[in-house]
Amino acid sequence: MLDGFLALYIFMLAAFTGYEIIARVPVILHTPLMSGSNFIHGIVLVGAMIALGHARTPFEIGIGFLGVLLGAGNAAGGYVVTERMLEMFKSSKKPGDKA
Amino acid sequence: MSWLPLLIKASYFLAAVLFILGLKRMSSPRTARGGIVWAGVGMLVAVLATFALPDMHHRGLILAAVLIGVAAAWWSGRRVAMTAMPQMVALYNGMGGGAAAAIGAAELFGHIPAVSNLGQVAIPDTSPLRPESWAIDVLHPLAAVAPLTPVELMLGVLGALIGSVSFSGSLIAFAKLQGWLDKRFVFPGQRVVNLLVLAAAMVVGAVLASGHLSVPPIAAFFVLALLFGLLMTLPIGGADMPVVISLYNAFTGLAVAFEGFVLGNEAMIIAGMVVGAAGTLLTQLMAKAMNRSIGNVLFGSFGAAAGAAAQVIEGAQKPIEASDAAVMMAYAERVVIVPGYGMAVAQAQHKVWEFAKLLIERGVKVRFAIHPVAGRMPGHMNVLLAEAGVPYDLIADMDDINPEFPHVDVALVIGANDVVNPLAKTDPASPIYGMPILDVSAAKHVIVVKRGKGTGFAGIENALFYADNARMLYGDGQAAAGELVTQLKAVDG
Repeated sequence: MLDGFLALYIFMLAAFTGYEIIARVPVILHTPLMSGSNFIHGIVLVGAMIALGHARTPFEIGIGFLGVLLGAGNAAGGYVVTERMLEMFKSSKKPGDKA
Repeated sequence: MSWLPLLIKASYFLAAVLFILGLKRMSSPRTARGGIVWAGVGMLVAVLATFALPDMHHRGLILAAVLIGVAAAWWSGRRVAMTAMPQMVALYNGMGGGAAAAIGAAELFGHIPAVSNLGQVAIPDTSPLRPESWAIDVLHPLAAVAPLTPVELMLGVLGALIGSVSFSGSLIAFAKLQGWLDKRFVFPGQRVVNLLVLAAAMVVGAVLASGHLSVPPIAAFFVLALLFGLLMTLPIGGADMPVVISLYNAFTGLAVAFEGFVLGNEAMIIAGMVVGAAGTLLTQLMAKAMNRSIGNVLFGSFGAAAGAAAQVIEGAQKPIEASDAAVMMAYAERVVIVPGYGMAVAQAQHKVWEFAKLLIERGVKVRFAIHPVAGRMPGHMNVLLAEAGVPYDLIADMDDINPEFPHVDVALVIGANDVVNPLAKTDPASPIYGMPILDVSAAKHVIVVKRGKGTGFAGIENALFYADNARMLYGDGQAAAGELVTQLKAVDG
Protein backbone atom coordinates (compact mmCIF):
# COMPACT_ATOMS: atom_id res chain seq x y z
CA MET A 1 0.00 0.00 0.00
CA LEU A 2 1.42 3.28 -1.07
CA ASP A 3 1.45 6.25 1.18
CA GLY A 4 -0.54 9.04 -0.50
CA PHE A 5 2.18 11.65 -0.49
CA LEU A 6 4.86 9.18 -1.48
CA ALA A 7 2.72 8.31 -4.50
CA LEU A 8 2.32 12.01 -5.25
CA TYR A 9 6.12 12.39 -5.26
CA ILE A 10 6.44 9.42 -7.59
CA PHE A 11 3.81 10.91 -9.91
CA MET A 12 5.64 14.23 -9.99
CA LEU A 13 9.14 12.86 -10.51
CA ALA A 14 7.99 10.44 -13.18
CA ALA A 15 6.19 13.25 -14.98
CA PHE A 16 9.34 15.38 -15.00
CA THR A 17 11.35 12.44 -16.25
CA GLY A 18 9.02 11.90 -19.17
CA TYR A 19 8.99 15.59 -19.98
CA GLU A 20 12.79 15.86 -19.92
CA ILE A 21 13.29 12.85 -22.14
CA ILE A 22 10.99 14.13 -24.86
CA ALA A 23 12.12 17.75 -24.65
CA ARG A 24 15.47 17.03 -26.25
CA VAL A 25 14.44 14.60 -28.92
CA PRO A 26 14.96 15.30 -32.64
CA VAL A 27 11.84 15.36 -34.84
CA ILE A 28 13.18 12.40 -36.78
CA LEU A 29 12.56 10.19 -33.76
CA HIS A 30 9.10 11.44 -32.85
CA THR A 31 7.20 8.58 -34.41
CA PRO A 32 9.45 5.81 -33.05
CA LEU A 33 9.39 7.49 -29.67
CA MET A 34 5.62 7.76 -29.66
CA SER A 35 5.54 4.10 -30.58
CA GLY A 36 8.12 3.33 -27.91
CA SER A 37 6.17 5.11 -25.21
CA ASN A 38 3.10 3.28 -26.50
CA PHE A 39 5.01 0.06 -25.80
CA ILE A 40 6.02 1.20 -22.33
CA HIS A 41 2.47 1.79 -21.18
CA GLY A 42 1.96 -1.84 -22.16
CA ILE A 43 3.00 -2.36 -18.52
CA VAL A 44 -0.76 -2.18 -18.05
CA LEU A 45 -0.52 -5.91 -18.80
CA VAL A 46 0.91 -6.41 -15.32
CA GLY A 47 -2.08 -4.69 -13.75
CA ALA A 48 -4.51 -6.68 -15.86
CA MET A 49 -2.78 -9.90 -14.76
CA ILE A 50 -3.21 -8.87 -11.12
CA ALA A 51 -6.87 -8.02 -11.75
CA LEU A 52 -7.49 -11.41 -13.36
CA GLY A 53 -5.48 -13.14 -10.66
CA HIS A 54 -7.80 -11.73 -8.02
CA ALA A 55 -11.06 -12.05 -9.89
CA ARG A 56 -13.80 -13.90 -8.03
CA THR A 57 -16.94 -14.00 -10.12
CA PRO A 58 -17.13 -15.34 -13.67
CA PHE A 59 -17.96 -11.81 -14.75
CA GLU A 60 -14.81 -10.40 -13.17
CA ILE A 61 -12.83 -13.23 -14.68
CA GLY A 62 -14.24 -12.24 -18.07
CA ILE A 63 -13.24 -8.61 -17.60
CA GLY A 64 -9.81 -9.62 -16.33
CA PHE A 65 -9.28 -11.99 -19.23
CA LEU A 66 -10.21 -9.24 -21.70
CA GLY A 67 -7.85 -6.86 -19.90
CA VAL A 68 -4.92 -9.28 -20.08
CA LEU A 69 -5.66 -9.95 -23.74
CA LEU A 70 -5.67 -6.23 -24.56
CA GLY A 71 -2.67 -5.49 -22.38
CA ALA A 72 -0.65 -8.27 -23.98
CA GLY A 73 -1.61 -6.91 -27.40
CA ASN A 74 -0.47 -3.43 -26.38
CA ALA A 75 2.89 -4.67 -25.12
CA ALA A 76 3.67 -7.11 -27.92
CA GLY A 77 2.34 -4.96 -30.74
CA GLY A 78 4.06 -1.88 -29.40
CA TYR A 79 7.37 -3.71 -29.20
CA VAL A 80 7.22 -5.18 -32.70
CA VAL A 81 6.19 -1.94 -34.35
CA THR A 82 8.81 0.13 -32.52
CA GLU A 83 11.52 -2.40 -33.21
CA ARG A 84 10.64 -2.45 -36.90
CA MET A 85 10.77 1.33 -37.11
CA LEU A 86 14.08 1.62 -35.29
CA GLU A 87 15.59 -1.19 -37.32
CA MET A 88 15.65 1.16 -40.25
CA PHE A 89 17.67 3.93 -38.74
CA LYS A 90 21.17 3.92 -39.98
CA SER A 91 23.64 6.63 -40.84
CA SER A 92 25.16 7.07 -44.29
CA LYS A 93 28.46 5.67 -43.02
CA LYS A 94 26.82 2.31 -43.28
CA PRO A 95 24.87 2.50 -46.53
CA GLY A 96 21.75 0.40 -46.77
CA ASP A 97 22.26 -3.04 -48.23
CA LYS A 98 18.80 -3.14 -49.71
CA ALA A 99 17.33 -0.22 -51.53
CA MET B 1 9.40 -16.52 2.93
CA SER B 2 9.98 -12.79 2.84
CA TRP B 3 12.43 -12.96 -0.02
CA LEU B 4 9.77 -13.49 -2.69
CA PRO B 5 7.85 -10.21 -2.18
CA LEU B 6 11.19 -8.46 -1.95
CA LEU B 7 12.36 -10.04 -5.18
CA ILE B 8 9.12 -9.02 -6.89
CA LYS B 9 9.43 -5.44 -5.65
CA ALA B 10 13.02 -5.41 -6.86
CA SER B 11 11.91 -6.70 -10.26
CA TYR B 12 9.38 -3.88 -10.61
CA PHE B 13 12.07 -1.41 -9.62
CA LEU B 14 14.43 -2.84 -12.22
CA ALA B 15 11.65 -2.69 -14.84
CA ALA B 16 11.00 1.00 -14.07
CA VAL B 17 14.72 1.77 -14.40
CA LEU B 18 14.94 -0.13 -17.67
CA PHE B 19 11.89 1.70 -19.06
CA ILE B 20 13.36 5.10 -18.32
CA LEU B 21 16.82 4.20 -19.63
CA GLY B 22 15.24 2.58 -22.68
CA LEU B 23 13.16 5.65 -23.45
CA LYS B 24 16.23 7.80 -22.94
CA ARG B 25 18.21 5.71 -25.41
CA MET B 26 15.34 5.89 -27.88
CA SER B 27 15.70 9.65 -27.93
CA SER B 28 18.95 9.54 -29.89
CA PRO B 29 19.24 7.97 -33.35
CA ARG B 30 22.48 6.17 -32.49
CA THR B 31 21.23 4.36 -29.45
CA ALA B 32 17.57 4.11 -30.37
CA ARG B 33 17.63 0.48 -31.44
CA GLY B 34 19.15 -0.62 -28.16
CA GLY B 35 16.59 1.44 -26.27
CA ILE B 36 13.60 -0.62 -27.26
CA VAL B 37 15.46 -3.79 -26.30
CA TRP B 38 16.18 -2.38 -22.82
CA ALA B 39 12.54 -1.48 -22.37
CA GLY B 40 11.57 -4.91 -23.68
CA VAL B 41 13.74 -6.61 -21.07
CA GLY B 42 12.11 -4.43 -18.44
CA MET B 43 8.67 -5.55 -19.60
CA LEU B 44 9.70 -9.21 -19.51
CA VAL B 45 11.06 -8.86 -15.98
CA ALA B 46 7.87 -7.15 -14.78
CA VAL B 47 5.59 -9.74 -16.36
CA LEU B 48 7.56 -12.68 -14.98
CA ALA B 49 7.57 -11.09 -11.52
CA THR B 50 3.80 -10.70 -11.71
CA PHE B 51 3.41 -14.38 -12.50
CA ALA B 52 5.38 -15.09 -9.34
CA LEU B 53 3.12 -12.93 -7.15
CA PRO B 54 1.70 -14.92 -4.26
CA ASP B 55 -2.06 -15.41 -3.94
CA MET B 56 -2.64 -15.09 -7.67
CA HIS B 57 -5.33 -17.32 -9.11
CA HIS B 58 -6.35 -18.34 -12.59
CA ARG B 59 -2.72 -18.62 -13.63
CA GLY B 60 -3.72 -20.89 -16.49
CA LEU B 61 -6.19 -18.32 -17.79
CA ILE B 62 -3.64 -15.55 -17.41
CA LEU B 63 -1.07 -17.49 -19.36
CA ALA B 64 -3.60 -18.29 -22.08
CA ALA B 65 -4.68 -14.65 -22.42
CA VAL B 66 -1.07 -13.44 -22.52
CA LEU B 67 -0.13 -15.99 -25.16
CA ILE B 68 -3.15 -15.23 -27.36
CA GLY B 69 -2.69 -11.46 -27.05
CA VAL B 70 1.04 -11.58 -27.72
CA ALA B 71 0.68 -13.96 -30.65
CA ALA B 72 -2.06 -11.93 -32.35
CA ALA B 73 -0.29 -8.59 -31.88
CA TRP B 74 3.11 -9.99 -32.83
CA TRP B 75 1.71 -11.49 -36.00
CA SER B 76 -0.19 -8.37 -37.05
CA GLY B 77 2.70 -6.07 -36.12
CA ARG B 78 5.17 -8.10 -38.17
CA ARG B 79 3.24 -8.28 -41.38
CA VAL B 80 1.74 -4.81 -41.62
CA ALA B 81 3.28 -2.45 -44.18
CA MET B 82 5.43 0.42 -42.96
CA THR B 83 2.94 2.90 -44.36
CA ALA B 84 0.27 1.49 -42.05
CA MET B 85 2.33 2.07 -38.91
CA PRO B 86 0.34 5.08 -37.64
CA GLN B 87 -2.91 3.15 -37.42
CA MET B 88 -1.14 0.20 -35.81
CA VAL B 89 0.19 2.50 -33.09
CA ALA B 90 -3.37 3.78 -32.65
CA LEU B 91 -4.70 0.24 -32.44
CA TYR B 92 -2.16 -0.99 -29.87
CA ASN B 93 -2.60 2.19 -27.90
CA GLY B 94 -6.34 1.63 -27.84
CA MET B 95 -5.75 -1.87 -26.51
CA GLY B 96 -3.68 -0.43 -23.67
CA GLY B 97 -6.44 2.04 -22.86
CA GLY B 98 -8.95 -0.80 -22.93
CA ALA B 99 -6.81 -2.85 -20.57
CA ALA B 100 -6.60 0.08 -18.14
CA ALA B 101 -10.38 0.49 -18.33
CA ALA B 102 -10.79 -3.25 -17.70
CA ILE B 103 -8.64 -2.99 -14.57
CA GLY B 104 -10.80 -0.11 -13.41
CA ALA B 105 -13.94 -2.12 -14.14
CA ALA B 106 -12.61 -5.15 -12.27
CA GLU B 107 -11.75 -2.99 -9.27
CA LEU B 108 -15.12 -1.23 -9.23
CA PHE B 109 -17.17 -4.38 -9.70
CA GLY B 110 -14.96 -6.20 -7.23
CA HIS B 111 -15.68 -3.62 -4.54
CA ILE B 112 -19.43 -3.54 -4.76
CA PRO B 113 -20.17 -3.64 -1.02
CA ALA B 114 -22.62 -6.54 -1.03
CA VAL B 115 -19.90 -8.72 -2.41
CA SER B 116 -16.70 -7.48 -0.89
CA ASN B 117 -18.03 -7.26 2.64
CA LEU B 118 -18.78 -10.96 2.61
CA GLY B 119 -15.73 -11.85 4.51
CA GLN B 120 -12.38 -10.45 5.38
CA VAL B 121 -11.26 -13.98 6.10
CA ALA B 122 -8.94 -15.38 3.52
CA ILE B 123 -9.96 -18.93 2.80
CA PRO B 124 -6.95 -21.09 2.08
CA ASP B 125 -6.85 -23.73 -0.58
CA THR B 126 -9.74 -22.60 -2.71
CA SER B 127 -9.00 -23.56 -6.23
CA PRO B 128 -10.14 -20.63 -8.28
CA LEU B 129 -11.29 -22.87 -11.04
CA ARG B 130 -13.96 -24.54 -8.92
CA PRO B 131 -17.08 -22.44 -9.28
CA GLU B 132 -18.15 -22.99 -5.67
CA SER B 133 -14.99 -21.26 -4.49
CA TRP B 134 -16.00 -18.08 -6.30
CA ALA B 135 -18.66 -17.41 -3.75
CA ILE B 136 -16.03 -17.36 -1.06
CA ASP B 137 -14.17 -14.16 -0.86
CA VAL B 138 -10.57 -14.58 -1.89
CA LEU B 139 -9.73 -11.00 -1.36
CA HIS B 140 -7.35 -8.77 -3.10
CA PRO B 141 -4.40 -8.15 -0.76
CA LEU B 142 -5.22 -4.44 -0.69
CA ALA B 143 -8.91 -4.93 -0.29
CA ALA B 144 -8.28 -7.49 2.41
CA VAL B 145 -7.21 -4.66 4.67
CA ALA B 146 -9.90 -2.22 3.73
CA PRO B 147 -12.18 -1.29 0.89
CA LEU B 148 -10.75 1.22 -1.55
CA THR B 149 -9.75 4.48 0.06
CA PRO B 150 -11.42 7.62 -1.32
CA VAL B 151 -8.24 8.56 -3.20
CA GLU B 152 -7.92 5.07 -4.68
CA LEU B 153 -11.57 5.13 -5.65
CA MET B 154 -11.25 8.54 -7.28
CA LEU B 155 -8.12 7.67 -9.23
CA GLY B 156 -9.58 4.30 -10.16
CA VAL B 157 -12.67 5.96 -11.63
CA LEU B 158 -10.60 8.63 -13.34
CA GLY B 159 -8.27 6.01 -14.84
CA ALA B 160 -11.23 4.02 -16.06
CA LEU B 161 -12.75 7.12 -17.67
CA ILE B 162 -9.53 8.13 -19.41
CA GLY B 163 -8.75 4.56 -20.43
CA SER B 164 -12.22 4.06 -21.91
CA VAL B 165 -12.04 7.30 -23.89
CA SER B 166 -8.58 6.32 -25.14
CA PHE B 167 -9.90 2.87 -26.08
CA SER B 168 -12.90 3.86 -28.17
CA GLY B 169 -11.18 6.99 -29.49
CA SER B 170 -8.10 5.09 -30.65
CA LEU B 171 -10.23 2.49 -32.38
CA ILE B 172 -12.00 5.26 -34.32
CA ALA B 173 -8.61 6.79 -35.17
CA PHE B 174 -7.47 3.37 -36.37
CA ALA B 175 -10.59 2.91 -38.50
CA LYS B 176 -10.19 6.37 -40.01
CA LEU B 177 -6.55 5.89 -40.93
CA GLN B 178 -7.29 2.44 -42.25
CA GLY B 179 -9.82 4.03 -44.59
CA TRP B 180 -12.84 2.33 -43.07
CA LEU B 181 -14.36 5.61 -41.97
CA ASP B 182 -13.81 8.26 -44.57
CA LYS B 183 -16.40 10.78 -43.60
CA ARG B 184 -16.23 13.22 -40.80
CA PHE B 185 -19.40 12.94 -38.80
CA VAL B 186 -20.47 16.47 -38.15
CA PHE B 187 -23.92 17.58 -37.11
CA PRO B 188 -25.26 20.76 -35.62
CA GLY B 189 -25.01 20.95 -31.87
CA GLN B 190 -22.39 18.23 -31.87
CA ARG B 191 -20.16 20.04 -29.43
CA VAL B 192 -23.03 20.41 -27.00
CA VAL B 193 -23.93 16.74 -27.29
CA ASN B 194 -20.31 15.73 -26.69
CA LEU B 195 -20.05 17.97 -23.68
CA LEU B 196 -23.29 16.60 -22.27
CA VAL B 197 -22.06 13.03 -22.66
CA LEU B 198 -18.77 13.94 -20.96
CA ALA B 199 -20.60 15.76 -18.17
CA ALA B 200 -22.91 12.79 -17.67
CA ALA B 201 -19.94 10.42 -17.51
CA MET B 202 -18.24 12.66 -14.97
CA VAL B 203 -21.37 12.96 -12.82
CA VAL B 204 -21.85 9.18 -12.74
CA GLY B 205 -18.10 8.84 -12.12
CA ALA B 206 -18.38 11.23 -9.17
CA VAL B 207 -21.22 9.14 -7.74
CA LEU B 208 -19.03 6.05 -8.03
CA ALA B 209 -16.04 7.85 -6.55
CA SER B 210 -18.13 8.83 -3.54
CA GLY B 211 -18.40 5.14 -2.78
CA HIS B 212 -21.88 4.33 -4.09
CA LEU B 213 -20.91 1.24 -6.00
CA SER B 214 -23.56 -0.85 -7.69
CA VAL B 215 -23.93 -2.47 -11.06
CA PRO B 216 -26.21 -0.03 -12.96
CA PRO B 217 -24.16 3.16 -12.42
CA ILE B 218 -20.89 1.32 -13.10
CA ALA B 219 -22.29 -0.01 -16.36
CA ALA B 220 -23.72 3.39 -17.29
CA PHE B 221 -20.37 4.99 -16.49
CA PHE B 222 -18.47 2.78 -18.91
CA VAL B 223 -21.07 3.15 -21.65
CA LEU B 224 -20.92 6.94 -21.35
CA ALA B 225 -17.11 7.00 -21.26
CA LEU B 226 -16.81 4.78 -24.33
CA LEU B 227 -19.47 6.82 -26.11
CA PHE B 228 -17.60 10.03 -25.39
CA GLY B 229 -14.38 8.66 -26.88
CA LEU B 230 -16.35 7.71 -29.96
CA LEU B 231 -18.14 11.04 -30.34
CA MET B 232 -15.03 13.04 -29.62
CA THR B 233 -13.01 11.35 -32.35
CA LEU B 234 -15.62 11.00 -35.10
CA PRO B 235 -15.68 14.65 -36.19
CA ILE B 236 -11.89 14.95 -36.35
CA GLY B 237 -10.45 14.81 -39.84
CA GLY B 238 -7.63 12.52 -40.88
CA ALA B 239 -5.15 15.39 -41.14
CA ASP B 240 -5.39 15.93 -37.40
CA MET B 241 -5.01 12.28 -36.49
CA PRO B 242 -1.32 12.52 -35.51
CA VAL B 243 -2.19 14.93 -32.74
CA VAL B 244 -5.14 12.80 -31.67
CA ILE B 245 -3.16 9.56 -31.56
CA SER B 246 -0.43 11.24 -29.57
CA LEU B 247 -3.02 12.64 -27.17
CA TYR B 248 -4.62 9.24 -26.65
CA ASN B 249 -1.15 7.79 -26.12
CA ALA B 250 -0.69 10.24 -23.26
CA PHE B 251 -4.20 9.41 -22.02
CA THR B 252 -3.45 5.72 -21.85
CA GLY B 253 -0.25 6.48 -19.95
CA LEU B 254 -2.20 8.48 -17.37
CA ALA B 255 -4.88 5.81 -17.08
CA VAL B 256 -2.20 3.19 -16.49
CA ALA B 257 -0.55 5.34 -13.81
CA PHE B 258 -3.88 5.86 -12.00
CA GLU B 259 -4.85 2.20 -12.11
CA GLY B 260 -1.30 1.41 -10.97
CA PHE B 261 -1.95 3.53 -7.90
CA VAL B 262 -5.14 1.60 -7.15
CA LEU B 263 -3.26 -1.68 -7.47
CA GLY B 264 -0.29 -0.37 -5.52
CA ASN B 265 2.01 -1.23 -8.41
CA GLU B 266 4.96 1.16 -8.65
CA ALA B 267 6.11 -0.01 -12.07
CA MET B 268 2.74 0.91 -13.53
CA ILE B 269 2.72 4.30 -11.82
CA ILE B 270 6.17 5.25 -13.05
CA ALA B 271 5.89 3.88 -16.58
CA GLY B 272 2.39 5.30 -17.00
CA MET B 273 3.30 8.72 -15.68
CA VAL B 274 6.46 8.96 -17.78
CA VAL B 275 4.41 8.17 -20.88
CA GLY B 276 1.64 10.52 -19.79
CA ALA B 277 4.04 13.44 -19.48
CA ALA B 278 6.09 12.60 -22.55
CA GLY B 279 2.94 12.08 -24.61
CA THR B 280 1.44 15.37 -23.47
CA LEU B 281 4.56 17.27 -24.44
CA LEU B 282 4.75 15.47 -27.77
CA THR B 283 1.12 16.35 -28.44
CA GLN B 284 1.82 19.99 -27.69
CA LEU B 285 4.84 20.01 -30.00
CA MET B 286 2.73 18.56 -32.78
CA ALA B 287 -0.18 20.91 -32.30
CA LYS B 288 2.26 23.81 -32.22
CA ALA B 289 3.81 22.70 -35.48
CA MET B 290 0.35 23.01 -37.01
CA ASN B 291 -0.12 26.35 -35.29
CA ARG B 292 -3.21 25.14 -33.50
CA SER B 293 -4.09 24.48 -29.93
CA ILE B 294 -5.03 21.01 -28.78
CA GLY B 295 -8.50 22.28 -27.95
CA ASN B 296 -8.86 23.60 -31.46
CA VAL B 297 -7.92 20.21 -32.91
CA LEU B 298 -10.38 18.38 -30.68
CA PHE B 299 -13.32 20.71 -30.82
CA GLY B 300 -12.65 22.90 -33.82
CA SER B 301 -14.06 20.61 -36.51
CA PHE B 302 -11.35 21.73 -38.86
CA GLY B 303 -12.47 23.26 -42.09
CA ALA B 304 -16.13 23.40 -41.12
CA ALA B 305 -16.07 27.16 -40.83
CA ALA B 306 -13.40 27.71 -43.43
CA GLY B 307 -15.76 27.99 -46.34
CA ALA B 308 -15.43 31.75 -46.16
CA ALA B 309 -14.04 33.16 -49.35
CA ALA B 310 -10.30 32.92 -49.14
CA GLN B 311 -7.87 34.75 -51.38
CA VAL B 312 -8.63 34.12 -54.99
CA ILE B 313 -5.64 32.54 -56.60
CA GLU B 314 -4.67 33.92 -59.97
CA GLY B 315 -3.03 32.05 -62.78
CA ALA B 316 -3.01 28.46 -63.83
CA GLN B 317 -1.23 25.28 -62.95
CA LYS B 318 1.54 24.66 -65.45
CA PRO B 319 2.31 21.04 -66.25
CA ILE B 320 5.75 19.61 -66.99
CA GLU B 321 6.86 16.34 -68.57
CA ALA B 322 8.91 13.85 -66.57
CA SER B 323 11.73 14.07 -69.12
CA ASP B 324 12.03 17.84 -68.69
CA ALA B 325 11.85 17.53 -64.94
CA ALA B 326 14.60 14.89 -64.95
CA VAL B 327 16.90 17.03 -67.06
CA MET B 328 16.24 20.04 -64.88
CA MET B 329 17.33 18.16 -61.78
CA ALA B 330 20.19 16.33 -63.48
CA TYR B 331 21.90 19.62 -64.15
CA ALA B 332 20.95 21.28 -60.91
CA GLU B 333 23.46 21.87 -58.17
CA ARG B 334 21.17 21.49 -55.22
CA VAL B 335 17.91 19.59 -55.08
CA VAL B 336 15.63 19.33 -52.07
CA ILE B 337 12.98 16.62 -52.01
CA VAL B 338 9.86 17.32 -49.94
CA PRO B 339 7.81 14.19 -49.29
CA GLY B 340 4.26 14.18 -47.98
CA TYR B 341 1.48 11.77 -47.28
CA GLY B 342 0.95 11.24 -51.02
CA MET B 343 4.35 9.52 -51.14
CA ALA B 344 3.27 7.18 -48.37
CA VAL B 345 -0.01 6.35 -50.09
CA ALA B 346 1.75 5.63 -53.37
CA GLN B 347 4.48 3.62 -51.57
CA ALA B 348 6.90 5.70 -53.61
CA GLN B 349 9.70 6.03 -51.06
CA HIS B 350 11.92 3.37 -52.68
CA LYS B 351 11.61 4.88 -56.16
CA VAL B 352 12.21 8.35 -54.75
CA TRP B 353 15.42 7.22 -53.06
CA GLU B 354 16.53 5.42 -56.21
CA PHE B 355 16.04 8.68 -58.08
CA ALA B 356 17.88 10.63 -55.38
CA LYS B 357 20.80 8.19 -55.49
CA LEU B 358 21.10 8.65 -59.24
CA LEU B 359 21.22 12.41 -58.71
CA ILE B 360 23.84 12.02 -55.99
CA GLU B 361 25.96 9.91 -58.33
CA ARG B 362 25.87 12.79 -60.78
CA GLY B 363 27.21 15.09 -58.10
CA VAL B 364 23.95 16.85 -57.28
CA LYS B 365 23.58 17.79 -53.64
CA VAL B 366 20.35 16.15 -52.58
CA ARG B 367 18.57 16.58 -49.29
CA PHE B 368 15.19 15.62 -47.97
CA ALA B 369 13.13 18.22 -46.13
CA ILE B 370 10.48 17.08 -43.75
CA HIS B 371 7.75 19.17 -42.23
CA PRO B 372 7.04 18.30 -38.60
CA VAL B 373 3.50 17.21 -39.37
CA ALA B 374 3.98 15.75 -42.84
CA GLY B 375 2.15 12.46 -43.10
CA ARG B 376 -0.07 11.15 -40.39
CA MET B 377 2.35 11.18 -37.46
CA PRO B 378 5.33 13.35 -36.61
CA GLY B 379 8.33 11.69 -38.15
CA HIS B 380 6.14 9.49 -40.33
CA MET B 381 8.12 10.55 -43.39
CA ASN B 382 11.43 9.94 -41.61
CA VAL B 383 10.38 6.38 -40.94
CA LEU B 384 9.33 5.78 -44.55
CA LEU B 385 12.53 7.26 -45.92
CA ALA B 386 14.55 5.24 -43.44
CA GLU B 387 12.73 2.15 -44.64
CA ALA B 388 13.83 2.90 -48.19
CA GLY B 389 17.41 3.23 -46.92
CA VAL B 390 17.81 7.01 -46.93
CA PRO B 391 20.56 7.84 -44.41
CA TYR B 392 19.18 10.07 -41.72
CA ASP B 393 21.86 12.69 -42.13
CA LEU B 394 20.43 13.56 -45.56
CA ILE B 395 17.13 14.40 -43.91
CA ALA B 396 16.61 17.96 -42.71
CA ASP B 397 14.08 19.50 -40.35
CA MET B 398 11.99 22.48 -41.36
CA ASP B 399 14.01 24.94 -39.29
CA ASP B 400 17.29 23.78 -40.78
CA ILE B 401 16.25 23.75 -44.39
CA ASN B 402 14.03 26.83 -44.66
CA PRO B 403 16.89 29.39 -44.80
CA GLU B 404 18.51 27.32 -47.55
CA PHE B 405 15.63 27.28 -50.01
CA PRO B 406 16.71 30.47 -51.84
CA HIS B 407 19.93 28.65 -52.78
CA VAL B 408 18.13 25.55 -53.93
CA ASP B 409 17.84 25.00 -57.67
CA VAL B 410 14.96 22.56 -57.66
CA ALA B 411 12.54 21.67 -54.92
CA LEU B 412 10.76 18.42 -55.71
CA VAL B 413 7.49 18.14 -53.82
CA ILE B 414 6.07 14.63 -53.75
CA GLY B 415 2.59 14.19 -52.32
CA ALA B 416 2.88 17.11 -49.92
CA ASN B 417 0.35 19.89 -50.09
CA ASP B 418 -0.75 21.90 -47.08
CA VAL B 419 2.71 21.91 -45.51
CA VAL B 420 4.11 23.80 -48.51
CA ASN B 421 1.17 26.12 -49.07
CA PRO B 422 2.34 29.75 -49.07
CA LEU B 423 -1.20 30.85 -48.16
CA ALA B 424 -0.30 29.86 -44.61
CA LYS B 425 1.89 32.96 -44.62
CA THR B 426 -0.07 35.35 -46.80
CA ASP B 427 -3.79 34.74 -46.37
CA PRO B 428 -5.26 35.44 -42.93
CA ALA B 429 -8.59 34.00 -44.13
CA SER B 430 -7.06 30.60 -44.77
CA PRO B 431 -7.71 27.97 -42.13
CA ILE B 432 -4.04 27.08 -42.14
CA TYR B 433 -2.94 30.70 -41.74
CA GLY B 434 -0.03 30.92 -39.35
CA MET B 435 1.04 27.32 -39.70
CA PRO B 436 4.80 27.17 -40.28
CA ILE B 437 5.50 25.82 -43.74
CA LEU B 438 8.41 24.63 -45.78
CA ASP B 439 9.43 27.60 -47.91
CA VAL B 440 9.69 25.69 -51.16
CA SER B 441 8.36 28.62 -53.18
CA ALA B 442 11.64 30.39 -52.41
CA ALA B 443 13.54 27.81 -54.46
CA LYS B 444 14.46 28.72 -58.02
CA HIS B 445 12.24 26.00 -59.45
CA VAL B 446 9.58 23.88 -57.87
CA ILE B 447 8.34 20.61 -59.31
CA VAL B 448 5.21 19.21 -57.73
CA VAL B 449 4.32 15.57 -58.19
CA LYS B 450 0.58 15.32 -57.67
CA ARG B 451 -2.16 12.95 -58.64
CA GLY B 452 -4.63 15.51 -59.92
CA LYS B 453 -5.64 19.10 -59.71
CA GLY B 454 -7.69 18.69 -56.54
CA THR B 455 -7.07 20.29 -53.20
CA GLY B 456 -5.15 18.64 -50.39
CA PHE B 457 -6.27 16.81 -47.33
CA ALA B 458 -7.52 19.94 -45.65
CA GLY B 459 -9.47 20.93 -48.74
CA ILE B 460 -7.55 24.18 -49.23
CA GLU B 461 -6.33 25.56 -52.53
CA ASN B 462 -2.56 25.71 -52.74
CA ALA B 463 -1.11 28.93 -54.12
CA LEU B 464 2.19 27.19 -54.70
CA PHE B 465 0.76 25.22 -57.60
CA TYR B 466 -0.05 28.47 -59.40
CA ALA B 467 3.29 30.15 -58.72
CA ASP B 468 5.42 31.23 -61.65
CA ASN B 469 8.34 29.01 -60.69
CA ALA B 470 6.21 25.93 -60.09
CA ARG B 471 5.57 23.12 -62.55
CA MET B 472 3.16 20.27 -62.05
CA LEU B 473 4.13 16.68 -62.79
CA TYR B 474 0.80 14.88 -62.72
CA GLY B 475 0.70 11.25 -61.75
CA ASP B 476 0.71 8.76 -58.94
CA GLY B 477 3.79 9.23 -56.78
CA GLN B 478 5.32 5.86 -57.53
CA ALA B 479 4.68 6.02 -61.28
CA ALA B 480 6.01 9.57 -61.47
CA ALA B 481 9.14 8.71 -59.49
CA GLY B 482 9.69 5.64 -61.68
CA GLU B 483 9.34 7.78 -64.78
CA LEU B 484 11.82 10.28 -63.38
CA VAL B 485 14.32 7.45 -62.78
CA THR B 486 13.92 6.21 -66.34
CA GLN B 487 14.25 9.69 -67.79
CA LEU B 488 17.26 10.50 -65.63
CA LYS B 489 19.03 7.36 -66.84
CA ALA B 490 18.19 8.42 -70.39
CA VAL B 491 19.88 11.79 -69.88
CA ASP B 492 23.29 10.12 -70.10
CA GLY B 493 22.36 7.15 -72.19
